[in-house]
Amino acid sequence: MINLVRNEMLKLLRKKRLYVIILIIAFLVPLFTYAQFKEIQEQREKMGNQDWRTVLQQEITDTQNRLSSSRIQDEWRKYLKIRLSQQQYYLENDIDPRAPGAPTFMRIFVENSIDLLLPLLVMVIVADLVSSEASGGTIKLLLTRPVKRWRILLSKYIAMLMSVSFIVLSVAVLSYVISGLVFGYGGWNMPLLTGFAVSGDELLTDRVHIVPQWQYILMEFGLVWYVSVIVGTLTFMLSVLLRSTAAVMGIMLASLIAGAILVNMVSSWESAKYFFMVNLNLTNYVSGMATPIEGMSLGFSMAVLAVWGLAGFIIAFVTFSKRDIY
Amino acid sequence: MSNTPALEVENLTKKIKRKLIIKGVSFTLYPGEVFGFLGPNGAGKTTTIRMIVGLISPTSGTIKIGGKNVRTEFTEAMRHLGCIVENPELYPYLTGWENLEHFAKMDPSIPKDRLDEVVTQVGLQNRIHDRVSTYSLGMRQRLGIAQALLGKPKVLILDEPTNGLDPAGIREMREFIRTLAREENLSVLVSSHLLSEIQLMCDRVAIISKGAVIRTDSVENLLAEQERVIWKAEPLSLAKEILEKETEVQEGLDQTLITLYDEPQLPIWNEKLVTAGVKVKEMRTQLPSLEDLFLEVTGGESID
Repeated sequence: MINLVRNEMLKLLRKKRLYVIILIIAFLVPLFTYAQFKEIQEQREKMGNQDWRTVLQQEITDTQNRLSSSRIQDEWRKYLKIRLSQQQYYLENDIDPRAPGAPTFMRIFVENSIDLLLPLLVMVIVADLVSSEASGGTIKLLLTRPVKRWRILLSKYIAMLMSVSFIVLSVAVLSYVISGLVFGYGGWNMPLLTGFAVSGDELLTDRVHIVPQWQYILMEFGLVWYVSVIVGTLTFMLSVLLRSTAAVMGIMLASLIAGAILVNMVSSWESAKYFFMVNLNLTNYVSGMATPIEGMSLGFSMAVLAVWGLAGFIIAFVTFSKRDIY
Repeated sequence: MSNTPALEVENLTKKIKRKLIIKGVSFTLYPGEVFGFLGPNGAGKTTTIRMIVGLISPTSGTIKIGGKNVRTEFTEAMRHLGCIVENPELYPYLTGWENLEHFAKMDPSIPKDRLDEVVTQVGLQNRIHDRVSTYSLGMRQRLGIAQALLGKPKVLILDEPTNGLDPAGIREMREFIRTLAREENLSVLVSSHLLSEIQLMCDRVAIISKGAVIRTDSVENLLAEQERVIWKAEPLSLAKEILEKETEVQEGLDQTLITLYDEPQLPIWNEKLVTAGVKVKEMRTQLPSLEDLFLEVTGGESID
């Protein structure tokens, strides 16, 4: 099996797709770094000559005032207390919450690339994994060797998992290293709030707590990896079913973009939440953004993705081991 | 020729969308034998070959390679098989050597030095470390054969091996295949739609048409029966009259007559023509075209 996986990795490397992916990331990261840099500059200009510490101090006093009012609900009070401790941490540790370091950039970058950019990069690698063997005719040699078909497909699947992991890793490393040149490499321990939940129109804050940024980023990268694997599995299935790599890319691209559009317009179409493509934005649950459709939660989305992924995996293996090759 | 068959195909059928494509094909290959699989395009050659190599699952029938059933003992059966199905398609972005390594890794029983052996055998030493995308068709064909020989197979299956090769390449391929059969005691199954090719390469041949084997015989037997003589003579009508008394005569193109090839009778016929005052300008034997042979064995069924 190791030999088979090595074969697949060799072919992947020789096709030079992975280099292209790295180049794309290495090109995009400086672009976004510059955009982020510009935004911070503009914010600073708005504040004028005021020191950020003064502004933060004002915010803290503001929160304290609201806390001391007797009319607020218990839950809200708890939330405000957490906010207060976060703000105080910034002040004590001399962290400007509006001037982030490389870890913050990294976090923002993955949060924004989880639903489209990363799935696209994954797709570029995975789309021709099986279909290129079919269209190039090499599948005839591959399947007439003394190796069972499912083992050949499994070796390709493992190669897919490895390259997806590699993509996620290189996004992390490149975004950290490149943006660090501008923003500095500190900020791993910056406290962040998580645990928001949405119920109806209300933002539930009873489970909100503070985690250090490194933990937050680790969590988000875990989710990003999970989403990438599912997208990879579905692309893999299409690559088994179709001979043409272009068709695989076309279908995958259409559904990913449809997902991005649907998210903005399906709030009243409840059953749309079972589509895999509206569930890709897992990091939103961590940062506490509103869900596109009511009733969606981190667990729900992960379960929907798992079902899609499993179905894709089974379809791929069953068709591949039974199919007649002409 | 030993008696244990290297490849046994028995009553093979394939149904696609309720249509019977292959209608009960059976044949046997013995070690050291080159077996031709002859038929026009669309007769079912490639479908049959794909079933033998396990790319297509048959609807019914059994295939045994070296005594192992392809369906139930796939890996064991494939150990005894090397094949090129249609074109020798290898990875163009890898070098020849890497391609061989790739396929050698798929069978742990292949020792490392086997690679050098097969490369020498097909004579690719000089270019083996170049990328396959820079290879000519003939070199790809050789690399394909090197790949097929990696596992020291008992059966070698080559689908249209001379397709697209130049005359020198065709000749080289032919000799190579004969050598393999003779020296390594390999059974080779060669498919082709060209009779001349089969004739020069094979010991036995199966003729396939519309999904069924209509004849299996040695090449000499098949051809002897079908060889013809073409006559050019003047006056044609008189020549025809005389020959018709002896044998069946057909009128060919360009003022010629065609009779069957009957070696002992031929000089006698000629003598009769000459004494009758016919000027015999040309007498030559001609192999029937596949089409003729076909029309003959299928009883006038057309090739479609």
